[in-house]
Amino acid sequence: MSSSAYVRKLGGGFVLEKRRSIWERLNLDPPLLFALFVLIGFGFMVLYSATDSNQAELKRQAIFMGIGFIVMFVVAQIDVRVMRRWAPLMYLFSLVLLLLVLFLGSSSKGAQRWLDFPGLPRFQPSEIMKVVLPLTLAAYFSRRAIPPRFKHIGWALVILMLPAALIAIEPDLGTALLIAVSGIFVLLLSGISWKLVFSALGAGILSIPALWIFYLQDYQKLRILTFLNPENDPLGAGWNIIQSKTAIGSGGLYGKGWLNGVQSRLDFLPEGQTDFIVAVLGEELGLAGIVFLLILYLLIIGRGLYIAAVSTDMFTRLLAGSISLTFFVYVFVNIGMVSGILPVVGVPLPLVSLGGTSVVTLMLGFGILMSIHSHGKTAFRYAD
Amino acid sequence: MLDDITLKDHSLERRIFLSRLFIGAVITLLLIAILVLRLVYLQVFQHQYFSTISDNNRIYLQAIVPTRGRIYDRNGVLLADNKPSYNLTVVRENVPDMNASLDFIQTLIPLPNEEIEKYQQRQRRRNVPFSSVPLAYDLSEEEIARLAVNQFRLPGFQVEAQLVRNYPLGAPIAHAVGYLSSITEQELRTVNAENYEGTHQVGKIGVERFYESILHGQVGYETVEKNARGQIMKVLDRSDPVPGEDLVLHLDSRLQLTAWEALGDFRGGIVALDVNTGGVLAMVSKPSFDPNLFVNGISQRDYEMLNQPIQTPLFNRALAKYSPGSTVKPFVGLAGLDYSIRTPDYQVSDPGYFNLPGDSHTYHDWTWWQTESGHDQVNLAKAIYQSCDIYFWDLAVDLGIDRMSQFMGRFGFGQNTAIDIPQASAGILPSRDWKMETIGQPWYPGETLNSAIGQGYSEATPLQLATATLVMANKGEWHQPVMLKQLGLDGEVIEHASEIPDVSLRNPDDWNFIHQAMQDVVHKGIGGFRDTGSAYYYIARESNMPYHMAGKSGTAQVVGIADDFDNNAEIEERFRDHALFIAFAPVENPQIALAVFVEHGEGGSAVAGPIAKEILDAYLLDEFGQVKPEFISEVESKQLSATHELSETGRTPL
Repeated sequence: MSSSAYVRKLGGGFVLEKRRSIWERLNLDPPLLFALFVLIGFGFMVLYSATDSNQAELKRQAIFMGIGFIVMFVVAQIDVRVMRRWAPLMYLFSLVLLLLVLFLGSSSKGAQRWLDFPGLPRFQPSEIMKVVLPLTLAAYFSRRAIPPRFKHIGWALVILMLPAALIAIEPDLGTALLIAVSGIFVLLLSGISWKLVFSALGAGILSIPALWIFYLQDYQKLRILTFLNPENDPLGAGWNIIQSKTAIGSGGLYGKGWLNGVQSRLDFLPEGQTDFIVAVLGEELGLAGIVFLLILYLLIIGRGLYIAAVSTDMFTRLLAGSISLTFFVYVFVNIGMVSGILPVVGVPLPLVSLGGTSVVTLMLGFGILMSIHSHGKTAFRYAD
Repeated sequence: MLDDITLKDHSLERRIFLSRLFIGAVITLLLIAILVLRLVYLQVFQHQYFSTISDNNRIYLQAIVPTRGRIYDRNGVLLADNKPSYNLTVVRENVPDMNASLDFIQTLIPLPNEEIEKYQQRQRRRNVPFSSVPLAYDLSEEEIARLAVNQFRLPGFQVEAQLVRNYPLGAPIAHAVGYLSSITEQELRTVNAENYEGTHQVGKIGVERFYESILHGQVGYETVEKNARGQIMKVLDRSDPVPGEDLVLHLDSRLQLTAWEALGDFRGGIVALDVNTGGVLAMVSKPSFDPNLFVNGISQRDYEMLNQPIQTPLFNRALAKYSPGSTVKPFVGLAGLDYSIRTPDYQVSDPGYFNLPGDSHTYHDWTWWQTESGHDQVNLAKAIYQSCDIYFWDLAVDLGIDRMSQFMGRFGFGQNTAIDIPQASAGILPSRDWKMETIGQPWYPGETLNSAIGQGYSEATPLQLATATLVMANKGEWHQPVMLKQLGLDGEVIEHASEIPDVSLRNPDDWNFIHQAMQDVVHKGIGGFRDTGSAYYYIARESNMPYHMAGKSGTAQVVGIADDFDNNAEIEERFRDHALFIAFAPVENPQIALAVFVEHGEGGSAVAGPIAKEILDAYLLDEFGQVKPEFISEVESKQLSATHELSETGRTPL
């Protein structure tokens, strides 16, 4: 393998390749890697301020970042296309875990979301589903006609709704919706007809009253009412959103300076380290800081969409597209919620908010993107 | 499944996918644009608004209460100061279970349910979240220790130090100095509310009230940053309060206590004035109350005690108006001389009763009830030192109410002449105009007779009587009564030019004549009963007085019984006459003028006179029973040494 060209055997196909750069040999994508590094560094800086330089929490977060990068690196080494075959199995396995949560899971704050197996770190199976569901649907559609036929869409919806429903009854409506969205992106990207999309949208809007009456919990209704009018209860339900808008608004163009945010420092802003970390950023570094953050996110999403666009087969296209767009949805929902244009849903700011599992899951997604880009250049024959 | 694969068209699939991806990218950019617009709206257009909200969130302006000025007597003895007191306070937001905590505290310190109710009232009035509210006041060291040990079980509770007003001398000075108590909403409207931010108490009566603005000082401010739980994180700005100024009063606390003790179990009022300045040396009203009771809010039971009938400890008798009785006689007599209606030698024959021309009513002198006779031949001096009513009735007929009223007015009757005692009554100086205005009736000649002996409509306060006595002692030179001597222990003595014109007589010798007559009230004891000063037996006979005292007794009828019924010693206490005595001394070089009022004391000379002497002794004499050198003028010192020689040779002086 020392010559300028070498032969590589993958899944039975033989390909002649030119000399590859160090990045290609490591299966990493430099632009994506660079953007991630800058984002995580910048995010860590904000987190440093938001946690009031709490060494223990910062260290824990750094360890998770490290684990995230390792997971990304390892996943990038695997040709994702082998996963297509394993997708149904992974899907079933994840589904079983979600069922286990409902029966054996440990609960906190009135919701049963965690699995506690002896010898394993505590984890949320819904995090695994975030990766597995788009993978499964991408695998499903990659073997079907594009645009998909009606019955395939029906099956896809069943695949999508099962885990979403299981997560929703934990209850974890936010995650359920986000997982459903990642699946819907696969559907949309697979060319599902607009007529269907808009009728589904209409049906969804019409079902809102029913949802309100029969499904939504009181605290969820309160969140939505609060979103519509936070001044109703400024010291109770409206407190978070009023304080976060105040933090952002008082930051102005350039902010009050790093470590100088009074809203978070004086504990007016709740959840400043987790879901509301953008408010800390907006207060301390102003509009400039948030726009810089948005540019970093745009670079990452843009690179992901590019990888999807140049990818050579439908499985990886759908997967890369779904991962990138879902990532964007996290960003949009979080910043939209903190700045008061969306109701409060428990969505952390990806790769910035304090929290370990979501970092690892997200980095796993970026590992898949890198794998798609790196391995996609070589031909791969699916062993169907 | 085989069908599907055969139908695949890879380039079509790619085109469909790319178009969908493109739409996704466009929507992404659109949504990012919406976010940016939203942020621009918040951070640029609404920036000012949110900055204000953010500052209001955290920045508080806290008032710093200035330290109230202390009050000293003329010798630097503390009458009112501020002592630290330890209170148990609560921040309710930090208390997880209020009822459990209160139950627990009740096991540590005595905390009656009544106090808890009062705390709950204070808690309801509080309007700043996370601010502390006092629960229990004035904890002892032991209680503080017990609370400190259990601090960890009492989140939200804290022992806070606070300066509270303290009156070391207690009840005897309460009416003169006044007291501090919770400010009412009505009072808050009369003061500069801004300056009273954080001040919860205000002077209620006396000096504390009149000099409130000087004692209070200027409020200071501290701009602090608080976190969401109300804890102060840092002080951003501070303007120090200006402490209130210390006051030094003319009051002599030693004399005050002497007067207090001298009254014994009697109720009454005493005012003593410095003849040279008008400074109030003593102002006693008995019974009194402990002014310290009011400082932390008086309990219902204590307040009821202070409002009981007859005793009325809150009522200041030194400033209340009573019939002055015979104490007005020296002034009325002086009027007779000054208007040239009487000469010193003019004599009236006194059979013990008097008939007004054209009036069937017979007026009886006080002697009538004892001996069914009068004072025989009475001149002015005798009329004063024996307090003969007949002489003054006879004089009143010639003098008339107009001149009497006009002349008496020059001595301060009928008005409050005090500079800093606004709550004192103005008394009543009867005149034709006064009667028409208040009663709506013309003046009757018989009423002139009553006025001439300080009865009828006439009313004066002990303060007024002391003031008139001061003017008499000063031979007409006025000094208005004043409590405040100077600001601060090192301050300069404040001189007040009197706004009331001095009383000048056509013949200044008349002063000496009246002084002599008043001296005879006390010292004339050579003759028998008919020629002895009315107070001689009670004041000068037993004691070897090293100075001359001038005085006049008064006995004021409480109800109109004396004229028509026997003067019965067994009369129920509340119908007994009030006893009065005015005095100044030394006669040759007057230093102190005073008035003693003893409620239902009956005998002006017998009861009020000795009290007056006790006060004069306390003020004038040193520890060896000699007149203090500073009170002896050069001329008198020679005379006095001469009398001493006399007394050493065995002759009774004076």
